[in-house]
Amino acid sequence: MKSTEEIFEILKANFGESILELVAAVPVEKFIRINQLEIDKVCLFLRDDQDLLFDSLMNLSGVDDANGKKVASENGDQIISGGTLSVYYHLESTKYRHKLVLKTSAEREKPDIISVSNVWRHADWHEREAYDLLGINFLNHPDLRRILMPYDWEAGYPLRKDYKNPEFYQGMKVPY
Amino acid sequence: MALKTEEMILNMGPQHPSTHGVLRLELELEGEIIIGAKPHIGYLHRCFEKHCEAMTYPQVTPYTDRMDYLASMYNEFGYALAVEKLLGIQVPERVEYIRVIMGEFQRIASHLVAIGTYGLDIGAMTPFLYCFRDRERILSLFEQTCGARLLYNYIWVGGLSHDLHPDFINQAKDFIKYFRPKIKELNDLLTNNKIFIDRTANVGILPLDLAINYGISGPNLRASGFKWDIRKDDPYSVYNKFDFEIPIGNGTMGTVGDCWDRYYIRVLEMEESLKIIEQALEQIPEGDVTSAIPKRIKPAVGQVYSRVENPRGELGYFVMSDGSVNPFRVKVKGPSFVHLGIMNELLKGYMIADVIAILGSIDIVLGEVDR
Repeated sequence: MKSTEEIFEILKANFGESILELVAAVPVEKFIRINQLEIDKVCLFLRDDQDLLFDSLMNLSGVDDANGKKVASENGDQIISGGTLSVYYHLESTKYRHKLVLKTSAEREKPDIISVSNVWRHADWHEREAYDLLGINFLNHPDLRRILMPYDWEAGYPLRKDYKNPEFYQGMKVPY
Repeated sequence: MALKTEEMILNMGPQHPSTHGVLRLELELEGEIIIGAKPHIGYLHRCFEKHCEAMTYPQVTPYTDRMDYLASMYNEFGYALAVEKLLGIQVPERVEYIRVIMGEFQRIASHLVAIGTYGLDIGAMTPFLYCFRDRERILSLFEQTCGARLLYNYIWVGGLSHDLHPDFINQAKDFIKYFRPKIKELNDLLTNNKIFIDRTANVGILPLDLAINYGISGPNLRASGFKWDIRKDDPYSVYNKFDFEIPIGNGTMGTVGDCWDRYYIRVLEMEESLKIIEQALEQIPEGDVTSAIPKRIKPAVGQVYSRVENPRGELGYFVMSDGSVNPFRVKVKGPSFVHLGIMNELLKGYMIADVIAILGSIDIVLGEVDR
């Protein structure tokens, strides 16, 4: 059983610059921030290293940090410009019983994050959900389609903080 | 000369009596053999997570009921624990005990639906009626406690909406006495039925390594032979005070992790739940169930992932606070959503007739898949 601090040191020794920081000054859960383009390698290491064996991904959730500037778009709506979208990964080892929280962030204007669905197949649908609701683009994902919203939904990503309901969907008034 | 063959796409659902809700399965067939399956979900999508961001923390509770509507108590339980963790508050011991009792009753009720409808899928009508008859008794117990049969709004952040009614403990004990022999009856009727075994044993085998990689949890994971139960392995509430077993699948009728194992785990779990309720009813302390309910819930900035062992598996809540009275982000990791993700792997190589048997055995609730 290893603490987040120990795991942070192990990762830092193996991946150097890709491991950004350990955020410990938060209540309840500490987490480690990782470069969004190296996350798959880090996760593969975490899964397969004999002292860590994070064989189970408990949860993967996308978040709109809404830390950009609020500006008015051409048609007068408030939109958020700049800032980041993030993904939280909650890992667990069923053998050693330790847990770990990782976080990656990507630019709101270009939200590219490498998929971990080849590390844990469990991530497949959660990543599709994060893509569907937040518009995070998971690179190398085998089948990145909308999952909860209709396939032909064109009004954007509902869980973004500046999302606005469309007036019409396929010619039908929303809300009808 | 060889005959020219061609794969065929068959749509199952969205309206199909055996999909347990609105689910569309796109099956790729070679003759009668399935070579690929694509589930299409989202027909019941209600934007639960978006709604949460507009609500205050206590207002979210009734919404959680509507996800897994067969295990509403447990949805509330999980949400309450997550927010309490974020707030760092302790609830009175009586509250913990009542939550556990309600949770375990809910587990029995939910498993009864799973078992009953599974029999129905396979073609056995009678067990379904028996199961619903017994479940009805649990639902009226709930109704007398909190006024609702399915969507309770009973377990609140920091406490409960009502205390138990005065006759609850007697009625609960009566139910345990009544229900124990019924499990035996169910075994005679369905579990050891030759036709039922032929349809379910050696069908839909789920290997353990695949199950863990796909994040499968709950009875489906245990049926694959892994002793893993969050109530024991990462105890929450007062579960560490009770003595109970974790049944695992051992391939009694066929192979470890087949449909029969997944079914039978649920039967065994009902017995274990009865044991927990029995002990909890004996130990339950006196106290005030509303004293710890916070007047104003405003957690500090931070996030938490908290999970409980729901009747279907690991139900996790990822709750994030930005320091205001509304949650900044609520993400639900629902077991049904996760379990449906493995359908492609699980169905490959079986016949169309087995689709119903396999889908029924993983016991999904579409209300929670789509949220």
